[in-house]
Amino acid sequence: MAWQRETFKKIKQIPREEHVLPGTTLCAGCGGLEALRLAAKVLGDDVLYVNAAGCFTMLAAYPFTPFKGSWLYTTMGSAPAGAQGVRDALDVLIAKGRLSKEEDLKVVVLGGDGSTYDMALSSTSGAVARKLDFYYFCYDNEAYGNTGMQLSPATPYGARTVTSPCSLQHPAGATQEKKDIFELWRAHKPPYIATVAPRYPLDLEEKFARAAKFTGPKLFLALSACPTGWLYDPGETPEVAKLAVETGLWPLKEAINGDVTHTYIPKRKPVEEYLKLQGRFRHLFEPTVQTDVIAHIQSRVTTYWERVKQTEQGA
Amino acid sequence: MAGEMMTGNLAAAWGARLADVDYVPAFPITPQTEIVEALAKWCESGVMAARFVTLDSEHSMMTAAGAAAATGARVFTATSSQGLLYAMEVLYSISGWRTPLVLVNVSRALAAPITLESDHNDVLAARDSGFLQIHAETCQEVLDSILMAYRIAEDERVMLPVIVNLDGFYLSFTREPVILPDPEQVKQFLPPFQPAHLGFKASSPHALGVAVLGGVTYSYFRHQMHLASFNALAVHQEAAADFARIFGRRYDFLEGYRLDGAEDVLVMTNAFASKGKAAVDAARAEGRRVGLLRLRVIRPWPADAICQALRGRRAVAVLDQNLSPGQGGILFQEIAASLYHEPVRPRALCSFIGGLGGKNISEGEFRAIFEQTAEAGVRGKGMGPVLLYTKTEHREMTELQMLAAGPIAGS
Repeated sequence: MAWQRETFKKIKQIPREEHVLPGTTLCAGCGGLEALRLAAKVLGDDVLYVNAAGCFTMLAAYPFTPFKGSWLYTTMGSAPAGAQGVRDALDVLIAKGRLSKEEDLKVVVLGGDGSTYDMALSSTSGAVARKLDFYYFCYDNEAYGNTGMQLSPATPYGARTVTSPCSLQHPAGATQEKKDIFELWRAHKPPYIATVAPRYPLDLEEKFARAAKFTGPKLFLALSACPTGWLYDPGETPEVAKLAVETGLWPLKEAINGDVTHTYIPKRKPVEEYLKLQGRFRHLFEPTVQTDVIAHIQSRVTTYWERVKQTEQGA
Repeated sequence: MAGEMMTGNLAAAWGARLADVDYVPAFPITPQTEIVEALAKWCESGVMAARFVTLDSEHSMMTAAGAAAATGARVFTATSSQGLLYAMEVLYSISGWRTPLVLVNVSRALAAPITLESDHNDVLAARDSGFLQIHAETCQEVLDSILMAYRIAEDERVMLPVIVNLDGFYLSFTREPVILPDPEQVKQFLPPFQPAHLGFKASSPHALGVAVLGGVTYSYFRHQMHLASFNALAVHQEAAADFARIFGRRYDFLEGYRLDGAEDVLVMTNAFASKGKAAVDAARAEGRRVGLLRLRVIRPWPADAICQALRGRRAVAVLDQNLSPGQGGILFQEIAASLYHEPVRPRALCSFIGGLGGKNISEGEFRAIFEQTAEAGVRGKGMGPVLLYTKTEHREMTELQMLAAGPIAGS
């Protein structure tokens, strides 16, 4: 049976109230910030964001913060451990009667792919294994964005970054495959994991609403279409985010206690439609078309969805 | 002497227990592990009303510790050596957050080569982190210093974290009689932790550790930490006076040993100061007018008290149990800088490096230190850095090298 949204059926059901206010120093058209803005509509204001080094670190820049909730910058590698300390302290203080229950907060880690996919793996693994009651929000723009777009373990095959340039030896640019952080997380069997994309707001809101029912780790991987790093006009972020999903490159899915369901089955447009929009893939089309690279990307997508069809009956 | 026999590690655990901490994030490392083992047992049995959590690394452990303190909990944690350095960037964050907590470091020399025994390159690597530092000589002092550390750290004039240091093996695993303070008296000395400016809660959202752009804001906040650290000098003396009144034991920034009439003074820290004191007694018995100055509070640096103790002496020797390669002893540099402005500064400053990796310092080596320091004083010219290393030790090392090299080719 196809996945059904229960809480968010129509766009009008998305609350109008904003919890991440405009005017930050982040880039125009930041897909990650849009995803966070939507997520915060479910998370609300009684939130402590625990931040790891990355683009979002610039959200709270003295003396401003765009949040009505609280903020703690930690380090690049240990934001989940910061969440552990805050969660434990709140629990202890409430249990001892030094803090009223009304003062309780949701603890939300905010980390980019650079932190999430590599440096913070140890602290994330620890927190999830300890069944810490927290949210993890990874804004994934597939490179070290805040330092100027260097290769990260989230960079997909064929993307050009500053440290994976298109060259004679490596005409494709990045030769690695994007690390599958979803499956790394899933191996820990947390109660809830989901991928989201900012162009699919109902899917996103529904997943945050569903996650709220679970105590324990709730992990989100948000596609962060990135005009500055992916090299497209900031106004095209919705289109880029849409095509990432419609080509099948960014599957929308969730895993409840390890069981995966794809929440949207795209008709799968050819990957070229997505790649062509972005400067980071221009070398695949100019001066000559690298058909083998494009075919490789397409075959990975096709293989992925064929496996989905086999494993998820009726999907 | 009254008291229960216990190791330095157990005394440290008792310090946390008597301070009634709320939270103990932990990670095992030799020679600290006995501390968190004791605390885990007490938290589990309910004699301590604290949550004990084992993190995935010291880096995570320190992050959790600071974040919990920033939320308003009283936090204790402990580590050693590699663990302290693995957590190093977090130390700077915690002091920058202005969150008071107590970290016990059980000193152990740093790799490579990898070892387990004590020297002070680990704790002195944290010298510039913004943490206050108290270095203990005895098991009793470990426990008492932890109680004092919470009182100082949580004072609103300070609001900085504290490292209490004890030597691995020599103190961590040595049993000494320790008087356990009465919990009711501890409550009198250490009021509950109710930070006015800390604590994440729904009704008062705030942002901590935020980005700053340009040096103006950064410089301001860093200098605030500097001033707060200096405030800890006065706060320490208030705490020391109250501690002495309630418990009958007095701790100052420094401990002078047989300084009256001492021409030459040996400066030391931590557990090896006990060996130094015995050497002073032996030298005094031979008619040498020597004394010992033990540095206890390293940060903030009590420059005035140090100058007062050392001004007018003939010669001063600093025995550093650490080595800054390419420079020498770390504390020697700080002592020298403090004495520079003294109109009647010692005629000679001597730098000795000893006890690296827990290497013993023998009576003969102490005798040599006193002789060479006296000669330097007469000469009016300092010396060093000199590595303490006996002929016997050198012979032993040569034999080991021959074993490591194996049979020489062709022989």
